[in-house]
Amino acid sequence: MLTVAQEPPLLRIHPGQSTVASRLREVWAHKELLHFLTRRDIQVRYKQTALGAAWAVLQPVLTMAVFSVFLGALAKVPSDGIPYPVFVFCGLVPWQLFAYALGGSANSLVANERLVSKVYFPRLTLPMSAVLAGLVDFAIALASLFVLMALYGLRPTWAILTLPLFTLLAVATAIAVGLGLSALSVRYRDVRHALPFLTQSWLFATPIAYPSSLLPERFRPLYGLNPMAGVVEGFRWALLGQGNPPGALILVSTSVVVLGLALSLLYFVRVERSFADII
Amino acid sequence: MAAVRALGLAKRYQIHQQASYRTLRDSLAQAWRRPFRAATAEAESETLWALDGVSFEVGHGEVVGIIGRNGAGKSTLLKILSRITTPTKGEAELRGRVGALLEVGTGFHPELTGRENVHLSGAILGMKKVEIARKFDAIVAFAGVERFLDTQVKHYSSGMFTRLGFSVAAHLEPEILIVDEVLAVGDASFQRKCLGKMSEIGKEGRTVLFVSHNMTAVTRLCPRTVLLDAGKVLADGPSHEVVAAYLRSDLGTTAARAWPEVASSPGNAVVRLRSVCVRTRQGDVTAALDIRQPVAIEVDFDVLTGGQVLVPNLHFFNEEGVCLFISSEVDSPWHRRPRPAGLYRATAWLPGNLLAEGTVVVGVAVSTMDPVTVHFFERDAVAFQVIDSLEGGSARGEYAGPFPGVVRPLLKWESGERVPAQGQLAESRS
Repeated sequence: MLTVAQEPPLLRIHPGQSTVASRLREVWAHKELLHFLTRRDIQVRYKQTALGAAWAVLQPVLTMAVFSVFLGALAKVPSDGIPYPVFVFCGLVPWQLFAYALGGSANSLVANERLVSKVYFPRLTLPMSAVLAGLVDFAIALASLFVLMALYGLRPTWAILTLPLFTLLAVATAIAVGLGLSALSVRYRDVRHALPFLTQSWLFATPIAYPSSLLPERFRPLYGLNPMAGVVEGFRWALLGQGNPPGALILVSTSVVVLGLALSLLYFVRVERSFADII
Repeated sequence: MAAVRALGLAKRYQIHQQASYRTLRDSLAQAWRRPFRAATAEAESETLWALDGVSFEVGHGEVVGIIGRNGAGKSTLLKILSRITTPTKGEAELRGRVGALLEVGTGFHPELTGRENVHLSGAILGMKKVEIARKFDAIVAFAGVERFLDTQVKHYSSGMFTRLGFSVAAHLEPEILIVDEVLAVGDASFQRKCLGKMSEIGKEGRTVLFVSHNMTAVTRLCPRTVLLDAGKVLADGPSHEVVAAYLRSDLGTTAARAWPEVASSPGNAVVRLRSVCVRTRQGDVTAALDIRQPVAIEVDFDVLTGGQVLVPNLHFFNEEGVCLFISSEVDSPWHRRPRPAGLYRATAWLPGNLLAEGTVVVGVAVSTMDPVTVHFFERDAVAFQVIDSLEGGSARGEYAGPFPGVVRPLLKWESGERVPAQGQLAESRS
């Protein structure tokens, strides 16, 4: 069945570095693989669990309940006039997307150690697919947020149309951090142990259980240095229509993410050639 | 135009990198102690050149074996050619779609079903979605797992797992196929299927690089073999020659040995062993023997003290250490007669079609029978390889698969139509 008329493709193997652009083109050429890897992560996620995909709802709902009781009702944390459970849940939905995507991608290379050492394919697809797999849980959680809003009689405004942009920002943040950490974890297994601490600290540094209005107005754009602050504020604005659009905050967050993504990609591509040797 | 061209490929490993994972703390501590040398610290640590300037060319449609001891650089070479790792120096060019099979069941996830895994593994190996869909039935049929397609792979037997894994890879249809020892796994009938599929691929005009420890499989599948040793190409040529060279070079297993110093040679005050060699009918020393040809084991020994009855005897072992048989000299002029001092040569002829294929290790002894005294017994005196090349004339006939048994005699078979006798027929009817 060798009826290839044209010149067969030439593959050149050399010690030199490859560029980020060529790596990204390669990922694009392997988008079917990205699709299959993502699907695998989704299929495997709730295998052999009794509750299955219900966990995608239970996790944010239970966290919301805990926060509402202890922070909302007991500590009387303000919530900008929005019912506290909705306020928290609206922050938790993008946060869980980010936290799950970050954890999955940071561990993706080590978790797929055999693949990395036994077969060639664009390595970038592993952390990327782990992030994309988080979108299914996110969709389920988002649907339950709409249910909760309906229960409280809250109706989204036209600002909801901007929601995909903030989702994209959350995904980009997760990829930016996850890519770098996954590459780092090939050499330093410390990443696995540092990650839960990092995620937890990041949760407190993000205005999920409290409003960013606790900060003085002039410092608020600085808050955008934590891109997840921009994402959460963006979600609240898009869904609950509260206050003015968080323009300056989002601008700072986006810049940080773009810079982080570039640095992460550069680092990943620079060390990726030694993955199979040291993993 | 060559399908594969390697030019001075070299790969350096840092030994400590492979020995253990580094922790961030170690690196930070190192950087703290030697802030300006942290970056160069790696270069100072012990390095190993797993590959050291390997060059060769493989033409389109050539099937080439790659052999060598453990650590000779075979796997490193494959990993470079399949792009899993990059060379430290040198370069390579591959013309055509490359399929690398370094493991069976690459990318299989135990929690997924056979069906899901075929798609996943196919995509990881580099197949397009439509391509997998088109070949799906063929893949499943080849593996013979039709009934278990929707069962999770973790419930598969290891045989089923292996079959499905190989089947996906075998349907990759690459122009250049790189295979590493996958045939070492799976049951006998499946190994036969794999070998069949591989020679089929070779006949279709595809280029195959086949790394193996199995000399029999290499000589049978590959007309040409490259021998690697310590990261370098030691030999490159027709498989039977290279395999023979490899076996000669192997430590402790050689087709000819001599002990130039009488004082340190095996033996005692009565008799000492001087040399042993394996010879063909033409008189050449050989380490690789066609299964159909007779072979001689030639033993030279020095009788220092005359007057004893001495019986040279040979002990044949296979590579598993199983003693195949023992043979002692029974028809020589010195049978039951004391030998005077002097140099003697005893030659034992093994007929063709007696030994099974594989490595044969020969132990040499000289004994006295009454009373039983073993003057010396050199356990691994010489060794040679028996090759069953599938050209016919051996006991395996046309059958290409694994052929067990410690010996492989070619027996005389007689068969004809059996006409039942009248009486018997009548009896069975009544």
